[in-house]
Amino acid sequence: MTATSLLRRPETVIFLVIVMAMLAIGLVNPAFWQLGNMFSLVRANIVTGIMALGVLTVMISGGIDVSFPAFAMMAMYLTLLWMFATGYSGVALPFGMATAIGIGLGALNAFFVHSVRMIPLIVTLGTGALVRGFLLGVIGTSTINIDRMPTPLIDFARIDLLSTTGPDGGHAGLTAMVLIYLGFALLVHLMLRHTMIGRSVFAMGGDPEAARRVGFNIRRTTFFVYCLAGGLAGFTGLLHVSMIWLANPHDLAGMELDVIAAVVLGGASIFGGRGSVLGTMFGVFMLVMVNNSLIIMHISTTWQRVVVGVIVIAATAVTAWRDRKRIA
Amino acid sequence: MPPPLLELRHIGKNFAGVRALDDLSLTIEPGEIHCLAGENGSGKSTLIKVISGVVVPDQGEMLFDGEAIRALTPVRAIACGVQVIFQDFSLFGNLTVAENLALSNELRDRRRFVSWRRVRAVATRAVARLGVDLDLDANVDRLPASGRQLVAIARALMSDARLLIMDEPTTALTRKEVETLFRIVRDIQARGISVLFVSHKMREMLEISEQITVIRNGRHAASGKTADFDEAGITRAMTGHDVGDVPYVWRGGSAAAPRLEVRGLAVPGRFRDIALTVQPGEILGIAGLLGSGRTDFALTLFGMHPGYGGKIAIDGVPVRLDTVQDAIGRGIAYVPEDRLTEGLFLSQSIDRNLLASCFRRLAAHGMLNRRRMRAAAALMIDAMRIVTPAGERPVMELSGGNQQRVMMGRWLMTAARILILNGPTVGVDVGSKAGIHAKLRELAQEQELAILMISDDVPELVQNCNRILVMHRGLIVDEIAASKTTEAAVSERLRLLA
Repeated sequence: MTATSLLRRPETVIFLVIVMAMLAIGLVNPAFWQLGNMFSLVRANIVTGIMALGVLTVMISGGIDVSFPAFAMMAMYLTLLWMFATGYSGVALPFGMATAIGIGLGALNAFFVHSVRMIPLIVTLGTGALVRGFLLGVIGTSTINIDRMPTPLIDFARIDLLSTTGPDGGHAGLTAMVLIYLGFALLVHLMLRHTMIGRSVFAMGGDPEAARRVGFNIRRTTFFVYCLAGGLAGFTGLLHVSMIWLANPHDLAGMELDVIAAVVLGGASIFGGRGSVLGTMFGVFMLVMVNNSLIIMHISTTWQRVVVGVIVIAATAVTAWRDRKRIA
Repeated sequence: MPPPLLELRHIGKNFAGVRALDDLSLTIEPGEIHCLAGENGSGKSTLIKVISGVVVPDQGEMLFDGEAIRALTPVRAIACGVQVIFQDFSLFGNLTVAENLALSNELRDRRRFVSWRRVRAVATRAVARLGVDLDLDANVDRLPASGRQLVAIARALMSDARLLIMDEPTTALTRKEVETLFRIVRDIQARGISVLFVSHKMREMLEISEQITVIRNGRHAASGKTADFDEAGITRAMTGHDVGDVPYVWRGGSAAAPRLEVRGLAVPGRFRDIALTVQPGEILGIAGLLGSGRTDFALTLFGMHPGYGGKIAIDGVPVRLDTVQDAIGRGIAYVPEDRLTEGLFLSQSIDRNLLASCFRRLAAHGMLNRRRMRAAAALMIDAMRIVTPAGERPVMELSGGNQQRVMMGRWLMTAARILILNGPTVGVDVGSKAGIHAKLRELAQEQELAILMISDDVPELVQNCNRILVMHRGLIVDEIAASKTTEAAVSERLRLLA
């Protein structure tokens, strides 16, 4: 690969932007470079990052998913209620269960998209609202606090890879959950690049009709991408509440925008057919870092939404411009 | 003598009560180039689908190598060696050339994992077999149309093809690329592979094929050795009647000032020093190769190159045409080359498409009068002889020729005095083409329109224009009176420029 083609890759561009942004933020507030802040930055990447992997896959296939935060909360809440009801204390089974619920809800999206041939944005807006409404209206609205959260989950999410004591005596640790994120990222990357189902996702995003003609099973691919997004969301829902020790069914509302922003920022095309795991991870990092840095720079959190909105529009404009150039 | 590669006997197919194919028989011998000719809607596409197993015929039988095959599925058809290259090539623009070539192989072998080394090896072999040079790592959407077609052909040949069906393969190609394509097709033939070449372009059919089958309205209209056919014969078989061949004669006008007068027109880097006059009732042809500046010249007249140099006068009145609104307001209409992407709203109704440029004229005090609008549209549908049950139907349901008429009708409704047509009959079949030409002559003669016709189709220019200008590298290099020239002479002139 030549130097210019490397420079043209969206991953390289976003990486350079991240480096420049880090230098700039560090200049404004040197506290940015403290190990504790770095660790918390990594920690903040995990939930958004894992969900973004699912959304990336859906977007490469030419679809979109805005229902996953609702699915995540539904899977998380049902799993916790089941744990209370049975008194089960373990980690693997609850995560498996949350994932399974997410996959089931994802299949619902896939059914409407593939079998009823509806537009993905409308389908997932609808199922998202429906699931969130069902959760709040039928299953419950009460927040589960730390005193009621199952201790195995909390203990699991508290595992640190390494920890330090800062100059101010504060304790900072690098959470082991980052390994889960990296593991999922590697798996999704290998799936997209090196398996036929992954290539079918790209083919379908490029031209669904051509994909059908060449012999791909479009139905299977559609179910695969939406179930993957749903499953990852379900898993992450439970991981999220385990990490913050608080299960609030209202949580994560509006998160779909952040995740889609991150994926687009990472070079994925809103028209489908393009995108990479590495780019998405960079996109997530960029978004989370900007949000976090607004906090340490003492800028009101309401401005975060403005920043996210600007990033979505700017990143989409750049990729749309790039894609139009390709078409022309 | 070996049995024919493919034999269709008395094939019939109905779609929702419409007879798409009727008692159609066709024989393709091994290693022959066979042309399937027919107008749009004659059943060509249905026939391709029958041969490739996508559509199951209601009647008739199909024999491969003399053996009857019942219930042909796409998979069976591929196993029999049938490969179709669709008009849109059916490629993945977001994937590399190598992957596009290797994908179907990987799928056929039921792989679960992709080995990029194997993909490369397979692709290298495929390209080598075709004897062409392609960058395997380039994304397909970076390739020109001719490159994409090569990828599609290479892909089709990979799977031991015995019959290659090419659906309108020359539509998006320049003349030079068509020659390259023909060389490749003959090369394929030399390997004993049969080619079914589906087209409606006379010259190409006569040039490439050995056998011709012409179908009309789903029925067999004519067939035989290509050597026994000429253009008129094919046209007669395709349309069922002779298409007139009378050149256009401009009888001269009485107007005091020319309809359009251009002096020293120039847009830097595109064209310069353009001077011409067009009288009412004249049809002026503009010939030239790609990049000759002819399209930019037309777009300048349509107000799309503001800040041009030089003078333009319409009916003796000097005008500036710096916006499209200026141009439309002065009575200039422009029918673009690609009516689909540049002009029509495909999913909207015929009525709305017709009215799109004259809403302001039909609106009294800013309010649209629906009855008046519908009446005006109905009048134009009638005048342009657009074949449709109702003006409310979406434009995309119409055939190419009818779509072109909608586009022309729209501009006529703006009370245009100068009509600029860029490739007026690209992608339009012979019958509709003749209809459009007749309409244009009628408009020029009866409504005293001045028509500028830009075209690559030399016969079209010679037949319909009274004068032809030749543009080359931004300059007018020649002016030819159509009555004093022949197609061959104009073609030769253009060939010398290339």
